[in-house]
Amino acid sequence: MPSDPRDAPEGAPLNATPADGPAPLTITIRGIEKRFARFPALKGVDLEVRPGELLALLGPSGSGKTTLLRVIAGLEFPEGGQVLFDGEDVTYAGASHRGVGFVFQQYALFKHMTVARNVAFGLEVRKRAKPPKAERDARVDELLKLVELDGYGHRYPTQLSGGQRQRVALARALAVSPRVLLLDEPFGALDATVRKSLRRELRRIHDATGLTTIFVTHDQEEALELADRVAVLNQGEIVQVGAPHEVHDDPVNAFVAGFVGEANRLDGEVRDGRFHIDRVGFPTAAPAGPATGYIRLHQLVLAEGDEPGLEARLERVVFNGPMARLECVGEGGRALEAGTSRERAMPLAPGGRVRLALRGGHVFPRT
Amino acid sequence: MDQPPVPRRSARGATDDPRWLKAAIIALVVGFVLVMLVLPLATVFTEALRKGLGPAIAAITDPDGLAAIRLTLITAAIAVPVNALFGICASWAIAKHQFWGKSFLITLIDLPFSVSPVVAGLIYVLVFGLQGWLGPWLDAHGVHIIFALPGIVLATIFVTFPFVARELIPLMQAQGVDEEEAAVSLGASGVRTFLRVTAPNIRWGLLYGVLLCNARAMGEFGAVSVVSGHIRGETDTMPLHVEILYNEYNFVGAFAVAGLLCLLAVVTIIVKTALESLQPEVGRRAV
Repeated sequence: MPSDPRDAPEGAPLNATPADGPAPLTITIRGIEKRFARFPALKGVDLEVRPGELLALLGPSGSGKTTLLRVIAGLEFPEGGQVLFDGEDVTYAGASHRGVGFVFQQYALFKHMTVARNVAFGLEVRKRAKPPKAERDARVDELLKLVELDGYGHRYPTQLSGGQRQRVALARALAVSPRVLLLDEPFGALDATVRKSLRRELRRIHDATGLTTIFVTHDQEEALELADRVAVLNQGEIVQVGAPHEVHDDPVNAFVAGFVGEANRLDGEVRDGRFHIDRVGFPTAAPAGPATGYIRLHQLVLAEGDEPGLEARLERVVFNGPMARLECVGEGGRALEAGTSRERAMPLAPGGRVRLALRGGHVFPRT
Repeated sequence: MDQPPVPRRSARGATDDPRWLKAAIIALVVGFVLVMLVLPLATVFTEALRKGLGPAIAAITDPDGLAAIRLTLITAAIAVPVNALFGICASWAIAKHQFWGKSFLITLIDLPFSVSPVVAGLIYVLVFGLQGWLGPWLDAHGVHIIFALPGIVLATIFVTFPFVARELIPLMQAQGVDEEEAAVSLGASGVRTFLRVTAPNIRWGLLYGVLLCNARAMGEFGAVSVVSGHIRGETDTMPLHVEILYNEYNFVGAFAVAGLLCLLAVVTIIVKTALESLQPEVGRRAV
């Protein structure tokens, strides 16, 4: 999948992997099953990772996303199913033979080696085609430049900040010219600001190298912002795979609707092709009967004029982004979160009455 | 409105004891160490040198004395590497792998600490001695274990084998397998991963373990006493030699050899302490 021109690399060397190297890899996962003791971690997972794409494995903790990544890396072996790299079965090939670059959640840098030695490790342990020292040094310099850490080669990992360690881990994984780059919760241990800039960084490096890249995250915002496609996992199964806007705007089931993006969860009923809650509602294709509506913040808004809506008491107004978030309590103590512009939220005072109109949502039958 | 400031005297840290208690505890500990450790140690050296340096050196350089020193060094030279290797294997297996019966294995490793050394020696006599299970068969094939070097080495290994493992298991458990996995994913073989990643990470722990193991291996009395047979100049280690000399009322000789043993122990402790004080400096970068 060609990357968006907006994300074109900004002066980064394009030969982070040899420019004339092999074409990006296609990864095919067929019916992967894996259990730990008696607990099934993956229950027959199928997934096709397209060449050169940046794919997010998104799911809550315990959903099996890290296990799936480790199976792809060869750090974990499944009980059933297949992992194919460009059609070649690598299911039981060891990690050292797969040509994967793996970035660990806690970075797993070699503490007793300098940054440069860390990055050079994969080249130094090579049995065949070990490049001469000068070439290795040049490659280390090139990679440190790519992750914007040139001049840090002589430092030790403990002398670096979290974000810098993460970059070293990335450079080290890229040094061996892997066929695929795998990252386990790459930004999990970082503070919000660093996380944001490293996200952009990863996107830039991905585009510069053109590698097929898979990263694991529990943070839906991260997945939606960074990935070309998102695979949502729940309880050892892939629930939905699609572009960020697809999983966000067209969730296939209640789990995805609730997990990806923020949504109000409101119980109601489907009658005559409409989802009804109190006296308001909106059209839906869901079958008739009791149902739960997942209504995004932008779909629950202040009613215009005498438009019908849900009566609620405003508890708090939160200005934490381009939109204002209204935290309200509706009838029967139901928590409602609505979105509105900052300007419209300005004059609203906590404790006041508001009427919230429904502008659509995702409806799934209640079981 | 202004409250009078709280008197400084009562502003103690949460874990600070009252001054009198602190003084009492420190005095107790220092006194205990003086009476129980320093005083006996001093006695050893004064007794050894009671008749001057000459007789003390003569006792050590006596052929039987030299034989005892040699046997002790040989025993340690075999037992320590064996236990270092065993300790690395055991801690590797326990820290990096999950398997059935693991906690039982950990308990077993501690066994030599809780079993009396005399019992440890007797075990080997029962297994390898002439009245034991394997003794007659071994004797028929010309293999002598009890009352010979192999028995002494075996008993020493038994008594000292937890030292390295105990030092390494918590260390390796704390380190986890992340770095090893990273090395493997970068294409390193198992051996290379161990040599380049695991070994550097455990080197300090390993060194401590080896030093402690060595100190105990050279000083072990009980277990070795049971299996050695006390053949002068042949199966006497330094601790056994001390006892023999003492029983012969050769106090200068006994204390001279004992003093040498003490010196070895003191050197071990000094080396360990020196390494410890060295480590944090390197540790900031290396560990």
